[in-house]
Amino acid sequence: MKQKLKTLYFLIAFMLISNNSYAMHIAEGVLPISHALIYFIICIPFFILGIRDLKNINQKSKNTNLFIALAGAYCFVLSALKLPSVTGSCSHPTGVGFGAIVLGPYIMTVIGVIVLLFQAIFLAHGGLTTLGANTFSMGIIGPIVAFLVYKLFRKKNKNIAIFLAAALGDLLTYVITSLQLGIAFPSVTGGILASVEKFGAVFAITQIPLAIAEGILTVFLFNIIEKYSKSDLDRLMEVQYDEK
Amino acid sequence: MRNRNIVLTIILIALILASLIIGANNGDLEGADDKAEDIVMEIDPDYEPWFEHIWEPPSGEIESAIFAIQAAIGGIIIGYVIGVMKGAKNNN
Repeated sequence: MKQKLKTLYFLIAFMLISNNSYAMHIAEGVLPISHALIYFIICIPFFILGIRDLKNINQKSKNTNLFIALAGAYCFVLSALKLPSVTGSCSHPTGVGFGAIVLGPYIMTVIGVIVLLFQAIFLAHGGLTTLGANTFSMGIIGPIVAFLVYKLFRKKNKNIAIFLAAALGDLLTYVITSLQLGIAFPSVTGGILASVEKFGAVFAITQIPLAIAEGILTVFLFNIIEKYSKSDLDRLMEVQYDEK
Repeated sequence: MRNRNIVLTIILIALILASLIIGANNGDLEGADDKAEDIVMEIDPDYEPWFEHIWEPPSGEIESAIFAIQAAIGGIIIGYVIGVMKGAKNNN
């Protein structure tokens, strides 16, 4: 209990005084080589699963290319939008939740790599050496969380399930980023946990309003698609959630 | 359906405005990924990033232009896809 209060106090204090907060992807060359390599290796099987799913999904429903294009484009737009957050710094949503719900999590690994590559090469945002680590958080954990959350809640209330899936997928991406940084840079006095707490306090709070915004926007997008292309969407979702 | 999306849009704008106002009081609202290295330095003052960006946008203006291009590419595709879906629905 005391520990919890301490953490809460820490979070609030950070929220009020911190102007040294940072967010978004792990920058170029920041992770030690061994860490960077391990994340690359972890990503490979998920990427391969993604390619497999991209090849197979055509047989599952009509017009799947439209949905793939939409999922990628949604990611592109959202990760270009740096939005203000309550902590006094800017960050951007990830946009992977939508695609993870509609296409399953692995296709989003491939799309995540494309988005991260674009930003690393043209914007010096994220990095080539940290591509593996950033793919792990944004292209693997984020989509898997979104997919599972949707699966868990879809029978209760579809809109709330979409909202929670997109928001939590977004939030968890940044929780993982802070874990990765905390593990790579344990604090001298408090070890890995203290570092994770430090990175995480900043990350989580910065991302909360953005995650909520992404959740709302994703429900909005689903509303539009249901209006125009309900049968294709339903078919795709059926394949995704009922036949497995 | 339309009403619901209008309500969602209003909530979205209110949320972003609120975090803009609160955020402006708490910090400089910089896109702060460069500060990543500051925190790392704080924890481990001897650490040096071992790899530099192969290319960086030469100025903030260029950078925002490229971000705008990224958003535009996405926006165009979203618009196209929804247009195709709408057209397909009207034809049936």
